[in-house]
Amino acid sequence: MKKIFTFIITVSLTALTLTGCSSKQKSGTVSTDGSTSMEEVIGVLGEAFQEKYNGMSFTYNPTGSGSGIQAVKEGRCDIGLSSRSLKDEEKADGLTETVLANDGIAVIVNPKNTLNDIDVDTIAKIYTGEITNWSELGGNDAQIVVIGREAGSGTRDGFESITGTENACKYRQELTSTGDVITTVSQNPDAIGYASLAAVNDQVKALLVGGVAPSEDTVKDGSYVIQRPFVLVTKNDEKLSDAAQKFFDFVMSDEAAPLISQAGAVPVK
Amino acid sequence: MKKQKIFENIVHGIFLILGMITVGCVLLITLYLVLAGIPAIRKIGLYDFLFGAKWASTAKEPSYGILPFILTSIYGTAGAILIGVPVGFLTSVYLAKLAPAKIKTVVSGAVSLLAGIPSVVYGLVGMMVLVPGIRNLFHIPDGASLFAAIIVLAIMILPSIINMSITALEAVPKEYEDASLALGAAPIETYFKVSVPAAKSGIAAAVVLGVGRAIGEAMAVMMVSGNAPNLPELFGSVRFLTTAVASEMSYSGGLQRQALFSIALVLFLFIMLINAALNFFLKRSKEE
Repeated sequence: MKKIFTFIITVSLTALTLTGCSSKQKSGTVSTDGSTSMEEVIGVLGEAFQEKYNGMSFTYNPTGSGSGIQAVKEGRCDIGLSSRSLKDEEKADGLTETVLANDGIAVIVNPKNTLNDIDVDTIAKIYTGEITNWSELGGNDAQIVVIGREAGSGTRDGFESITGTENACKYRQELTSTGDVITTVSQNPDAIGYASLAAVNDQVKALLVGGVAPSEDTVKDGSYVIQRPFVLVTKNDEKLSDAAQKFFDFVMSDEAAPLISQAGAVPVK
Repeated sequence: MKKQKIFENIVHGIFLILGMITVGCVLLITLYLVLAGIPAIRKIGLYDFLFGAKWASTAKEPSYGILPFILTSIYGTAGAILIGVPVGFLTSVYLAKLAPAKIKTVVSGAVSLLAGIPSVVYGLVGMMVLVPGIRNLFHIPDGASLFAAIIVLAIMILPSIINMSITALEAVPKEYEDASLALGAAPIETYFKVSVPAAKSGIAAAVVLGVGRAIGEAMAVMMVSGNAPNLPELFGSVRFLTTAVASEMSYSGGLQRQALFSIALVLFLFIMLINAALNFFLKRSKEE
């Protein structure tokens, strides 16, 4: 009796897997691969896309900008996601970028910190170790604890290239996710860190940069300077599959713009 | 009768295949790690790789020295052993020999539960409680440090040490202890001068198991150690061998990624050494 039961379960499960596969093939799949910073934006867009085109399936592989660009180059996914602009040598490899949205990188401190306004030069001095004490900026006599992201992170890449501190930052902590940075800064009154504007909450205080508060409007009009693009990467010599083209058109449409803002980024449209 | 023999053979075959899956996995992983880890070491040079003090994998002129990671892993593990072994060992003596049955049930249950807590939870509690605590206690700018990682690791290796030491202590023949007590030795004297020496190989194996657990842990230490690739300092931000691989893997490419595999290979060699030591002690403990 037990054997028969096991047999039935096995057969039905196998059948289920097989049907799962075949239905996927029928209606088309869009695969994306890349930036972890774009997780929220692409997640919201993917859901809406699947809802609109019933039966289409959408996948997102959060591997990081570099890996995503690599994946689209090798044809392992339809659309690569990158939270930085393509480098010249990547463009020379036959890749095209389409800016989907812009994202501000907020410079954050603990809410107990009295500092409210900072400029890009000062940020660079803090991160390169030229300014090491909050008292130099009119705060308490306490050592500045510099928090950043790990090597290769799109956020770190964006932040360091805008502040001109590439490979010169003296980090006290290198954390591996936006959430970890926010938690750590919220725990330590002397810490400073940077994080995607979309993820910043009231556990931490986002500083004004050069007198401009980071917000959707200031990112859009360019007055908030620490910002980077969210980019869709495609091959320029190869046509997208029907499904991927539909997805591409959908996310670039006016319809998708409010969804992108909802996820915290600033649509280009 | 014949039918039964065929059935026996089939079952035997199935079990053999299942056993081979484990062996196959180990071989596959070993082979892959060696193949993936060697190219970067060749390019960087074995000496520069193992004894270089600077890790800057994404710089314009990258440098791939993993000495800071190796030293951090060794110091961190040694520190965890230094704190964890006395606590774990004495707990196991208490539980195996002295504790009343009720207390033993409660404490053993707690130890098992400690073993079952996922490492990310240790990391989270460490990040939220331990790191700010160390910061305030020692008046340093930031609490994320080698010291925090040592504390977390010491707690994480306790269950391995306690459970294995208990098994070793309980395996000591009761006649030894009875003889000692009959000669007029006090119970505590008996436990430390008769039972513990008799169980010493098993206890040594417990320590080695703890070392293995500590050196292989990634998630929890990543959340409390700060992750900057500095040479180890007790209250400085440090990066372990495990966290070096884990923190950069997702974004890496080219030589950087190959170098991460090489780090994994070094870590794997450490674990092999530790396993060999463990087998040595376990074998000796059986012979006794």
